Amino acid sequence: MLRKWLATPYILWAIIFTIIPLAMILIYGVTIDDGGIRFSLENIMKAFDPIYFKALLRSIYYALISTIICLIIAYPLALILTEKRNAKVTVIFIFVLPMWMNFLLRTYAWLTILETNNGFLNTVLRFLHLPTIQIIGTPNAIILGMVYNFLPFMILPIYNVLSKIDPYVLEAAFDLGASKLTRFVKVILPLSIPGVISGITMVFMPAITTFVIPKLLGSGKINLIGNLIEQQFVQSYNWYFGASLSLVLMVIILISMGILNRVDPSREGGAL
Amino acid sequence: MKNSLIRLENISKSFDDELILNHISLDVKKNDFVTLLGPSGCGKTTTLRIIGGFETPDDGQVYFNDKVITQKPPYKRNINTVFQKYALFPHYNVFDNIAFGLKIKKMHHSDIKKKVDWALNLVNLKNFENRNIHQMSGGQQQRIAIARAIVNEPEVLLLDEPLGALDLKLRKDMQYELKELQRELGITFIYVTHDQEEALTMSSTVVVMNDGVIQQAGSPEMIYNEPTNAFVADFIGESNIISGVMRKDCFVELFNHGFVCVDKGFGINEAVDVVIRPEDVILLKPEKDKLTGKVTDCIFKGVHYETYVEAGGKEWMIHNTKSHIIGSDVSIDIAPENIHIMKKR
Repeated sequence: MLRKWLATPYILWAIIFTIIPLAMILIYGVTIDDGGIRFSLENIMKAFDPIYFKALLRSIYYALISTIICLIIAYPLALILTEKRNAKVTVIFIFVLPMWMNFLLRTYAWLTILETNNGFLNTVLRFLHLPTIQIIGTPNAIILGMVYNFLPFMILPIYNVLSKIDPYVLEAAFDLGASKLTRFVKVILPLSIPGVISGITMVFMPAITTFVIPKLLGSGKINLIGNLIEQQFVQSYNWYFGASLSLVLMVIILISMGILNRVDPSREGGAL
Repeated sequence: MKNSLIRLENISKSFDDELILNHISLDVKKNDFVTLLGPSGCGKTTTLRIIGGFETPDDGQVYFNDKVITQKPPYKRNINTVFQKYALFPHYNVFDNIAFGLKIKKMHHSDIKKKVDWALNLVNLKNFENRNIHQMSGGQQQRIAIARAIVNEPEVLLLDEPLGALDLKLRKDMQYELKELQRELGITFIYVTHDQEEALTMSSTVVVMNDGVIQQAGSPEMIYNEPTNAFVADFIGESNIISGVMRKDCFVELFNHGFVCVDKGFGINEAVDVVIRPEDVILLKPEKDKLTGKVTDCIFKGVHYETYVEAGGKEWMIHNTKSHIIGSDVSIDIAPENIHIMKKR
């Protein structure tokens, strides 16, 4: 009985902060207000108009590129972390410390560094009589922002899984004739897949929905799906269409998670 | 040194300034079943890991068939290991675990199948090849670990406390099976354990280690009957270790009582350690001129009684088949050949 009562706060929490908002998005998404509120899939269809659909595809593309870059950087780093005990503190410090700062602040910091005219980078380049670079307002700046902000979410789950591999299993591979490379391909890589999958999930999801990074580092010139949703809510005050766009995005995320989970049938990811 | 398969020469190894192995030398002959025996921290596992190639000694050389292999990585040695906690690959099924080494050797698929079947048969796990590792019991996992090692037909098999995690009954069965396996395959086994009974049961050679030094190496009978020092005597089986004085050849004095023994060559009046096994002490009715004491405890142990007697200021442990009343007086007698004299260290 006690156990039942103990669960109540969590159930209440879930109802108030997860189920009700989701239900409201669903209701807003499939209704329109033309004098009276009524059921309609008009907004859902509108979400597939080229202007919005292109933004959606662009978001998927940028999020994919960022995820891949994060993976390429994070995997070797996580490997080094697991192998060299004394490197652990330093590297965790370097990559986790920035997470203690506000997300907006970190992105603004990149803005000050990269700004075309008065940015730190270009000031230095000009001082050295080198050509300046124009990166703010380009897709590269957005991807840079995504990689920088979400990299820790890739490193930690991979490191977590790698450090849990039984060292004797690795020795056994050596013992049975595997060279370092063979051991990596046949033992380490397959055993780390759950971590890679949760890393991908935890980078891809915030990357596909972010609106702050394109707004700041893309100078508002490049719209991702997150920006369009934000605009519907705070500029056009069209909550119905904003909710429809959110629904479409949610379905796309759910589908991609479903595909990922197929790769990891054991579901041992468990991330952070 | 012709027929020694593995030779350790003056091996030393430290971890964090702590000396784990102190100039160890050891010869392992072909087809031998060698057990490294000692308390935890004595360096037995480190010795095994040096033979396996997982550690490099700070000093000294490892020879394999008279060739130096000290710096060779494990994957270039014709030696396989059975790890303490099995260390099976959790992402592979039974077949792929056992086939791991063979696949690396790029063996033909049908040959791999044949060899895996052979190995599974050998460890009594026929038809288990498609099982998931997680579905197997500890004993079964251990058999797979053994099969995974022997399928590669190594010249030497290293076993690091392979039965440590199993319950007593299973451990006894596996001891017997391992011994059989070794006879059948003719592979040299080097086995690490802290269980002296296991060591005596299975091995043809027992190497007793303590504090990074080999205390004694020899056949189980020799180690048990002729321990070279008090540590070995104490570690192998139960024993009463008593300080005595050699009065002359074949005559030792214990607690001011003379005992006839068979050991010669000690100095006159030299202080020695004397080992007497509990089953070698004869209890008599109290007699004058004999070492006499009081029974302090008598415990029934099934096959025998474990009797404790306080005599000469020392508590003696005695195994015999008669029960004694606690508090009664008894005299102690020992046959000359059962008194083992060792130099004091």
